[in-house]
Amino acid sequence: MVKSTNTAQEVTGLNPVEVTTKMELKEKLISSFMAFEERVDVTADLHDIRTSAIKNFENKGFPTKKEEAWKYTSLNSVLKNDFSVFPKSDNAIEFADVKKYFLHEIDTYKVVFIDGVFSSFLSATTHDGIDVCLMSSALTKPKYKMVIDEYFNKVASKDESLTCLNTAFALEGAYINIPKSKVVEKPIEIINFSTGTEAALLVQPRNLIIVGENAHVQIIERHQSLNENPVLTNSVTEIFAKKRAIVDYYKIQNDNLEASLVDNTYIAQKEQSHVSVHTFSFGGNITRNNLNFYHQGERIDSTLKGITIIEGKQHVDHHTLVQHATPNCESHQNYKGIFDERSTGVFNGKIYVEREAQKTDAFQQNNNILLSDKATINAKPQLEIFADDVKCSHGCTIGQLDDKAMFYMQSRGIPKKEAKALLMYAFSNEVIESIKIPELKQRITKIIAMKLGVNMGFDL
Amino acid sequence: MLEIKNLHAKVEDKDILRGINLTVNAGEVHAIMGPNGSGKSTLSAVIAGNENYEVTEGAVYLDGEDLADLAPEERAHKGIFLSFQYPVEIPGVSVTNFMKTAINETRKANGLAEMPANEMLKVIREKSELLEIDRKFLSRSLNEGFSGGEKKRNEIFQMAMLEPKLAILDETDSGLDIDALRIVANGVNKLKSENNAIVVITHYQRLLDYIVPDFVHVLYNGKIVKSGGKELAYELEEKGYDWIKAEN
Repeated sequence: MVKSTNTAQEVTGLNPVEVTTKMELKEKLISSFMAFEERVDVTADLHDIRTSAIKNFENKGFPTKKEEAWKYTSLNSVLKNDFSVFPKSDNAIEFADVKKYFLHEIDTYKVVFIDGVFSSFLSATTHDGIDVCLMSSALTKPKYKMVIDEYFNKVASKDESLTCLNTAFALEGAYINIPKSKVVEKPIEIINFSTGTEAALLVQPRNLIIVGENAHVQIIERHQSLNENPVLTNSVTEIFAKKRAIVDYYKIQNDNLEASLVDNTYIAQKEQSHVSVHTFSFGGNITRNNLNFYHQGERIDSTLKGITIIEGKQHVDHHTLVQHATPNCESHQNYKGIFDERSTGVFNGKIYVEREAQKTDAFQQNNNILLSDKATINAKPQLEIFADDVKCSHGCTIGQLDDKAMFYMQSRGIPKKEAKALLMYAFSNEVIESIKIPELKQRITKIIAMKLGVNMGFDL
Repeated sequence: MLEIKNLHAKVEDKDILRGINLTVNAGEVHAIMGPNGSGKSTLSAVIAGNENYEVTEGAVYLDGEDLADLAPEERAHKGIFLSFQYPVEIPGVSVTNFMKTAINETRKANGLAEMPANEMLKVIREKSELLEIDRKFLSRSLNEGFSGGEKKRNEIFQMAMLEPKLAILDETDSGLDIDALRIVANGVNKLKSENNAIVVITHYQRLLDYIVPDFVHVLYNGKIVKSGGKELAYELEEKGYDWIKAEN
């Protein structure tokens, strides 16, 4: 690696934000790392984790289309932006301006970040019986040390380059710890706003969620850019569900057209736990979801569902992995995609069944509608099965809206646009139906109606 | 009410209708009969506005208005209803909500407010009783997994809900057992009035025992080759279509 003189100056301790000479983002990040480490007050353990992560990133670099896992998704167009990697911390926003991004119809806990920096003003955190607070506190305060030692970076990949990049700079995000047998009555919202006051912004939220035995929690995560400046979010979330824990996680991806997201979620499940993740991808420029489930006990239930509705040149890539390592577990995947204009989609669903994982019941379904000749979907189910007594099934469909159904509905007086919307809503309904928070279900329905340009209730 | 003048239509470069003339007045029931491939279903699809068919000559008028430029939904808003020979399955949309959407979109197009929910429920109850439809049936996905008879009964239920000016029943009798046939015919007869008109398209005379036509037309090779009263239907039943073919 050749370093420019600017880079050399930077590592001597100048504030990297002030470096204006444009350089490759990778160089910029690597050279910023030491300054970053000096700035944050962290223990030696974390220092080791970070150092090894940045080395890994340095070796691997950003993923390219040459890698099988990134064959259909290129970040090149995004990475050429001159990203600011350490945003300023004084960006305030009024609640009234962003109220619509919250599930404001009901009371929720809120962990809110503006340009990667915690906003106490917009947040509603708690330490009352449960911890819904900040990663920055958890990483630095002694009372969290034991938990951090036990869980931080324990299920996240130590190999994948973007996850390593996040780990190297891991500083802020949501820290949620739900003790044994606690049912959290209110959903928790994790919202990352970017104000775009920087020309282009790279944010790397890092969330850690630990759900104790028998505990139950519902979490909604959202990334929202508030103007048209380019944003790249490289987010890592680790979730640990202990014995019989129930976790329902919802991701709302309805960002504006200059915002790209790489979402890396790693979930470790203990016996009899139920974890569901719903991903609603309606907006953004390039969206890549890496959703990974690891089974660590018997009778585990994992649910992965998603709806993608995009148009223009938008791109959404779902990479899922369910690692069945133990007997008698189930996984259910159901992804629906609707692609208009020149939008492109990827679904790569990997189910891995280890030799020990007898009586596995793994189901995967991916249905797509292409509304235009120019839209593309690359769908790839990937089943690797090493046990001999399992039930694994997968199905994938790619089709168009049914002409006959359209004429039938129109002949009953339903205009073309509404008929189309109704058909698409019905197509996605299987996934919408399983949203367990009624207000969220309503919200998603509204967003879909808005996306489809109709004013309908869709109360099917 | 309905006036068809010298109607020619084709689908994928194949001429199907070759000059149809037909006038249907309010209060009348017309039957259109004919052998397979004579153009019966094409005629109904063209009246309803199916864009897969191209009208090459002539026109269809409803109350004097040329329908040529109207989309299927606009024709529906003006009171045209087509009971499909093969009703389409729409997974994920329940019968009730499909009807609600259809009725409210029609009302909206005609400048009326949405029908209040309680009134809607009342009408749905009334009309489903008329067609002897189980309430549970209404919450099922439209036509999905319905038997042939259930689909047809559901078509007439929709007709009852929408109260069209002109109803075209395309082979409504096919796939119906005798009990279902009676229920469907009984429903249609109750909906018949001086203000609306019904066009029954059928291959067989059987349905016409229950829905008695004022006029019977025979369609062959895309033209109406013979018209008469209800006795023409019996004649066709007795002699088959061969003598029509021989004459033309």
